Amino acid sequence: MIVLRPLIIFAGLLLIWQAIVWFSGAPPFILPSPLRVGGALVGQFGTILPHAAVTLAEIVMGLILGTILGSVSALTMAYFAPARRWLFPVLVISQAIPVFALAPILVLWLGYGIISKVAMATLIIYFPVTAAFFDGLRRTEPGYLDLARTMNASRWAVLRQIRLPAALPAFASGLRVATAVAPIGAIVGEWVGSSQGLGFLMLHANGRMQIDVMFAALFVLAIIAVTIYFTVDAGLRRLLTWQPESHPSND
Amino acid sequence: MPEIKPSPPIEVQVSVADVSFGGWALFERLALTLPAGQWTSLLGASGVGKSTLLRLIVGLEPGHSEVHLQCDDGRPLTGRAAYMAQQDLLLPWLSIIENVMLGARLRGEITAEQRARAMALLAAVGLEANAGDIPAILSGGMRQRAALARTLLEDRPVVLMDEPFSALDSITRIKLQELSARLLSGKTILLVTHDPMEALRLSHQIYVLAGRPAGLESAMQLDGAPVRDLHDPVVLQGQADLLQRLSDAEAALP
Repeated sequence: MIVLRPLIIFAGLLLIWQAIVWFSGAPPFILPSPLRVGGALVGQFGTILPHAAVTLAEIVMGLILGTILGSVSALTMAYFAPARRWLFPVLVISQAIPVFALAPILVLWLGYGIISKVAMATLIIYFPVTAAFFDGLRRTEPGYLDLARTMNASRWAVLRQIRLPAALPAFASGLRVATAVAPIGAIVGEWVGSSQGLGFLMLHANGRMQIDVMFAALFVLAIIAVTIYFTVDAGLRRLLTWQPESHPSND
Repeated sequence: MPEIKPSPPIEVQVSVADVSFGGWALFERLALTLPAGQWTSLLGASGVGKSTLLRLIVGLEPGHSEVHLQCDDGRPLTGRAAYMAQQDLLLPWLSIIENVMLGARLRGEITAEQRARAMALLAAVGLEANAGDIPAILSGGMRQRAALARTLLEDRPVVLMDEPFSALDSITRIKLQELSARLLSGKTILLVTHDPMEALRLSHQIYVLAGRPAGLESAMQLDGAPVRDLHDPVVLQGQADLLQRLSDAEAALP
């Protein structure tokens, strides 16, 4: 069932899509049928693949950078009170300004290449990781800390052996959200100004009324996003085997 | 079990000046003696400040210097008292054996010898088969036994226990009391509890903490050696007396 369920969901979505095409009678340049998009995907695969590789690289690099920066910020804020007072407002501002609004500026400063997109993805990932990890670091069970103190643990040992592992579930929640939104940063960056990537390809295809290619690119983007998400999720699950899971639906 | 020389028991004199928390007077001047190698119980109603007093002694309330501790060997108590809480405080991400060795882990001094001692202690508390398990799959009683093994591995001459058995069902509690008394013999123990029977079974002497701000009466010395049987007259008679004292103290509150 674990293998079958995604296939059934996928087939179901395709069926609904096809049904909408049939019943609405939409022309192919508005809503191409799944079969047409499949054809574009196969036919244009050689074109789509290098663009997909660029977008994938942007998302992955953004994820890595955003996670590192977010973790360092969270640790800094957790351990230095002045950093907490000065950095937190910056953090909120970084999130209050929509990344869409910053995109043109970042492209202007960092150029049409991959760097401005990585910066965009990093920016969008930074906040959920920082906020969640910071929360996790602050909410260590006080009893653990008491115990560590009676055992003459150093601050570093408390961080390494107690606070970090205890914050891992919160960190994981933040990283999951970040992973899900990471493609937004990359794609928006590509829309604003680029010469490669799936976002660029979609704009390009749109301009030439190649709606089936647009959908094919969108499809590949979805595959990339879902694959990254499940890879990260699987990695986090491996790290957190000790964390008990309970679903309210089983109560 | 690799032979290790247990640290010699020490007597601890505790004196506490008036203590207030958040503007509330919690204790008035009080003094208690923990005789070397004996169990001393601190009994009192919930909320009277028993746990706070214990935390002050073990040094978990930084910024409160009202406590004066004097050990009979002239050295400070710092680093020589182990702490056992009501919750087992096992880290959920570590296995049982790793939890037992937590102190060594935190101080970066894990050795093969430590591991052998930890295994031997797990055997002593009947958990050798669970050494590799994570705490989540163990029962409350098993977890508290693992916490006991962790306390023992620290091998401190003084052990301060904050209601360590109160979350357990009565059968498990009685068994664990006996196990603790056996394995902790020779150490100087302060047991905070609200259960008169527990105090009577395990202690050489009992202090009752009562009033607001709370004060101590002189210690009640008990005949015979712990662990006392449930039918021991000291336990049966003492229980009625202590309950009477506790409820009188409650009634005297403004």
